[in-house]
Amino acid sequence: MRTLNVSEITKNIKEMCIEANHFLSDDMKCVLRKAVETEEAPLGRQILRQLQQNMEIAGEEMIPICQDTGMAVVFIEIGQDVHLEGGSLEDAIHEGVRQGYAEGFLRKSVVKDPLLRENTDDNTPAVIHYEIVTGDQVTITVAPKGFGSENMSRVFMLKPADGIEGVKAAVLTAVKDAGPNACPPMVVGVGIGGTFEKCALMAKKALTRPVDERSSIPYVRDMEQELLKKINASGIGPAGLGGTTTALAVNINVYPTHIAGLPVAVNICCHVNRHAVRVL
Amino acid sequence: MDKYIKVPLSDKDAADLRAGDYVYLTGIVYTARDAAHKRMKEALEKGEQLPFKMQNNVIYYMGPSPSRPGRVIGSAGPTTAGRMDKYAPELLDSGLKGMIGKGRRTQEVKDAVVRNGAVYFAAVGGAGALLSQSIISSEVIAYDDLGTEAVRKLEIKDFPVIVVMDSQGNDLYETAIQNYCKESVM
Repeated sequence: MRTLNVSEITKNIKEMCIEANHFLSDDMKCVLRKAVETEEAPLGRQILRQLQQNMEIAGEEMIPICQDTGMAVVFIEIGQDVHLEGGSLEDAIHEGVRQGYAEGFLRKSVVKDPLLRENTDDNTPAVIHYEIVTGDQVTITVAPKGFGSENMSRVFMLKPADGIEGVKAAVLTAVKDAGPNACPPMVVGVGIGGTFEKCALMAKKALTRPVDERSSIPYVRDMEQELLKKINASGIGPAGLGGTTTALAVNINVYPTHIAGLPVAVNICCHVNRHAVRVL
Repeated sequence: MDKYIKVPLSDKDAADLRAGDYVYLTGIVYTARDAAHKRMKEALEKGEQLPFKMQNNVIYYMGPSPSRPGRVIGSAGPTTAGRMDKYAPELLDSGLKGMIGKGRRTQEVKDAVVRNGAVYFAAVGGAGALLSQSIISSEVIAYDDLGTEAVRKLEIKDFPVIVVMDSQGNDLYETAIQNYCKESVM
C-alpha cells in the first residue's frame, strides 16, 4: 500500500490546467504543422499558419492559446494499492482547478446553475471521471474543454440494423452540422457501444488519445482512416472557410453493448485539443 | 483581396465589402456576448439606453481571458456568433453595421445584414493569443458584474478578419465549401 497526500494532486492539477492552456501536446503540434504543407486552399493555408503563430505567441508570452480556457475535465485513474490521505480527493481536485485558473490568468467560464447562470468566478467545479485500476499509481489527465466544439457534439441511439454504415453516417452528420462553429480543423472523438452515458464518456476519452495513434482493433482503425478521409473531402476546411483540412484525426473507442442497441457518441474538439497527463 | 478599413464602419465601406475579402480593421469596436446581449435586449424593452450607440458600430462577440499585469488584455478570439442570432436582427435594425465572430448565422440574421447594408466578419477561432496582439486598449464600459462577459470598448489596429456575409447576401461558409468538396458523402 502506497500513501499519497491529496495536496500533491492539487498541486499537479493546478500546474496541468496552466500547462494545457498554453502548450499543446507534441502530437497535436506535429499534425498542425503537417497540415500547413498539405492544405490545398490558399486561405486555408493562411489560417493554418495563423494557428502556428498563435501557438508560438501563446507559449512565449504566456497568453492562453484560446480565450475559452474551457470547463476542466479531469480523468483520474487511481491504483487500488494507493491510500489517499490529507483530506477529500474531490475537494483536492476542485482546489487544483481553482488555483490553476486564478494563477494562470485563465478565463472563468463556469456558471453555478445551468438556468440561473451565475458565474462561480473560479472555474469550479471540474467535471471528474474516476476510475479504479490495478497498481499503486495515480494517473491524472486534465482536459480543459471549450464549448464552441462541445456544443456541436451529439449522441445517436442507432439500431443494430444500422450497422457500420449507420455509424459512419452519424459521425459525418455530426461533423457536417458542426462545420465552422466547431473551429476546424477538429479532432473527432467517437464512442460506439455501451449505454447512453458510456458511449459519451468513451467519445470524450477518445479525444485524449494521441492523434497519431490508431485503434489496435483492425476494423476500427480502418473506420478511423476512412472517416478522416471522407471528412477532409467535405470541403469545410480550416475555420470552415473552405479547404482540405477539416479534421486532424478521428479517434474511436468501442465497448460491448446490448443486443437491442447501437449507441454512438461524437464528441467534437477544435484544433485546440488540450490535455496534460501526469502519473503520480 | 486584402483591404484596410476603419471602424466604426462607414455605410460605403460596409456596402463595398464582399464575402471572401481579407480585411484589417483599425479603430474602435465593442465586445458583447451572451449575457450582455440578454441585458441589452432587456434595456431596449424597457426603453433604456444601450451601453453604446449602435449606429455604424461593430460588435465583437468575444469574452477575453484575464490580462496579466501590465498587459492590455488576455487571449481574445471570437466566440460562436450563432448564440447571438436571437438578438442580432434588432441591433442591426438599430444601426449596427458589423459583427465579428465565427460560425453560421440564421436566415433572419442574413436578411437583416442585407436589409441594413451590414457585414458579418469571421476572426479565426482558437487564435486568441495572436488576435490579442492587434488590440491596443481595452476598457470595460458596462455590465462590469458579468466578468468576462462585460461590454468592453476595444481599440484595435490591423485586426485580421474575413468577410463571411456581405450586404449582397453572399455567404462564404456556403460558397467556399463547394470549391473544395471532393466527395458529396454528406
